[in-house]
Amino acid sequence: MRRAATAALLAFLISIPLWVGNLYVLHVLIVTGIFTIAAMSLNLLLGYTGQLSLGHVAFFGIGAYVSSLVSLGFSVHLAPDWLVTLNPQPVWFAMLWAIAISGFCGWAIGRISFKVRGAYFVIVTISFAEVVRLVALNWDELTNGPMALNNIPPLSLSIPGVIDFSFIGKVPNYYLVLAAAIVAYVVIARLVHSQAGRAMIALRENEPLAMSVGIEVTRYLVLSAVVSAAIAGMAGALYAQYIQIVDPNIFLFIYTVTMVIMVVVGGKGTLAGPIVGGMIFGLLPEGLRSLEIPPELQWVAYGVLMIVIVSIMPSGIVPALARWWNDRVHANARPAEASQADARQAAQ
Amino acid sequence: MEEFFQHCVNAFMLGGIYALLGIGLTLIFGIMRVVNFTHGELYSFGAYMVFALVMLLHVNFFVSLALAMALGIALGAAIEFTLLRKLRGADIDTTMLVMIGAWIAMQNLEQLAWSGVAKSVRTPFPSAPLVLGGLSVAWSRLFVFAVATVLIGATYALVDRTRLGRAMRATFQDSDAAQLMGVDIDRVYLSTFALGSGLAAAAGALLGPVFVVSPGMGDLAALKAFAVVILGGMGSIPGATIGGFLLAFIEEMGAGYVSSGYRDAMGFLLIILVLIVRPTGLFSRKERIG
Repeated sequence: MRRAATAALLAFLISIPLWVGNLYVLHVLIVTGIFTIAAMSLNLLLGYTGQLSLGHVAFFGIGAYVSSLVSLGFSVHLAPDWLVTLNPQPVWFAMLWAIAISGFCGWAIGRISFKVRGAYFVIVTISFAEVVRLVALNWDELTNGPMALNNIPPLSLSIPGVIDFSFIGKVPNYYLVLAAAIVAYVVIARLVHSQAGRAMIALRENEPLAMSVGIEVTRYLVLSAVVSAAIAGMAGALYAQYIQIVDPNIFLFIYTVTMVIMVVVGGKGTLAGPIVGGMIFGLLPEGLRSLEIPPELQWVAYGVLMIVIVSIMPSGIVPALARWWNDRVHANARPAEASQADARQAAQ
Repeated sequence: MEEFFQHCVNAFMLGGIYALLGIGLTLIFGIMRVVNFTHGELYSFGAYMVFALVMLLHVNFFVSLALAMALGIALGAAIEFTLLRKLRGADIDTTMLVMIGAWIAMQNLEQLAWSGVAKSVRTPFPSAPLVLGGLSVAWSRLFVFAVATVLIGATYALVDRTRLGRAMRATFQDSDAAQLMGVDIDRVYLSTFALGSGLAAAAGALLGPVFVVSPGMGDLAALKAFAVVILGGMGSIPGATIGGFLLAFIEEMGAGYVSSGYRDAMGFLLIILVLIVRPTGLFSRKERIG
């Protein structure tokens, strides 16, 4: 059942560019896909370890900046007489750097911020994102400040004599983002279903208890932060090579909010949740835009909808649907089978 | 020396504002366990109300300040009553997201109502500064510092000396036990949120006329308030006061002598430093490590 649904969804997603001719729609889908990848990475932290990170956009932005800078090349004074210069590198290489450096930042920030929990953790992560934004804004020599990094080259794959292909235009980028999303999904699913994933869930459910059975809490939290940051960095790198311009506004808090709301509305701690939420909140602003009301009112509607959805379904759409499905299956199942299942559950 | 003194004057003024913002946030945070993302909006609400009263309705400046704070209290009470009351017992993430939604809606309503153009407010203070033995201080900054100090003292007295304050402290320590002892929790929560909002609105009303009033002004203010809470510890008025002045001094000195572009980053770097060196916070006695 699940396998069939996955295959159907994949076939549907792959077929979209074949029957959607409207380039604007494809653009919206590409951006939605990129943010969905970011939301999936956030879900690892928020849904599986239970840590609400409100600085996730920092990793996304770091990925975008690192990838852009490595592919454009830069020269910067790290000290008054210490000039570091990098020549432009291939984009795939730049994207690997983006993933590595975002992951490293995830490690560093994880080491610092996992010393505190709850609301303090939230505030620390917000602060981190704000510091990174101010660095991007003020370190003119490296980041070009508010003038932005322009003309970022698109990803191209070339093996001399064999293949030479650039991801220019909507359709190639759509498939690129889709492929990246599938990779991210598989990585996260493997991690969540591994022993490390079970350790994460255990410490989300009850940290002192998890500690008492020998789970090294900080180690698993930092692990999830590294993976999560690296995937967010990849999403940022994809964004940079697609949009081809990066400015400090990429670090705005509203992007973190978008990711969080995608995860929470879809269902945190479920693999499908961020995808469902990503679709809804990626497309919602476009839907509101078509209402032809002032942009401020669109955002007011966005905020109000957020309040309503979170109040009605605090655990998200996917868990709510799963509960409904389970109830139906249980109601149809033969009583003997059901009681056997219950007994097995009780025994475990 | 002259320059250093000017930085100190600015730091005292900003410190008073940060302390007001931080106290409001830390009370809401400590007593209600709500991370109040609308705090910055209450701050800009206060500033816009002063603008509207002084520049559009031509009300006396000092009366306008008092009215702006009263309106902030009313708005805070309305938010508590319509949104937070229904979320008692919901987990902290849900409440936080609802507050983020409210923040987005309020900020955009404000932008719609007042447009994106920055506004300035005429103040009744003489433009010539107060001169004290070769050092000059602008009257408006002195006034901000004085009023902020009075408000901080009044809030401390309210929480420390009155019956309502005792109920608030009891709720902070253990809300279940407080409820069993007959404390009306709904009333405590309503007063706490209204008080915190009033302080934020007062901060905006005081600082708005010194600089300019603009729709985005609340965001940075809210971040500063968060920084103050981290520095001072949850639910502590003295902690938030010291944290507020400390943050202002570090920002002023950092902007003056290190780099003005990184002015707003100073506080956050301080937070990160505090977390590395002393994760329990500078002044809080309670453990907050998970």
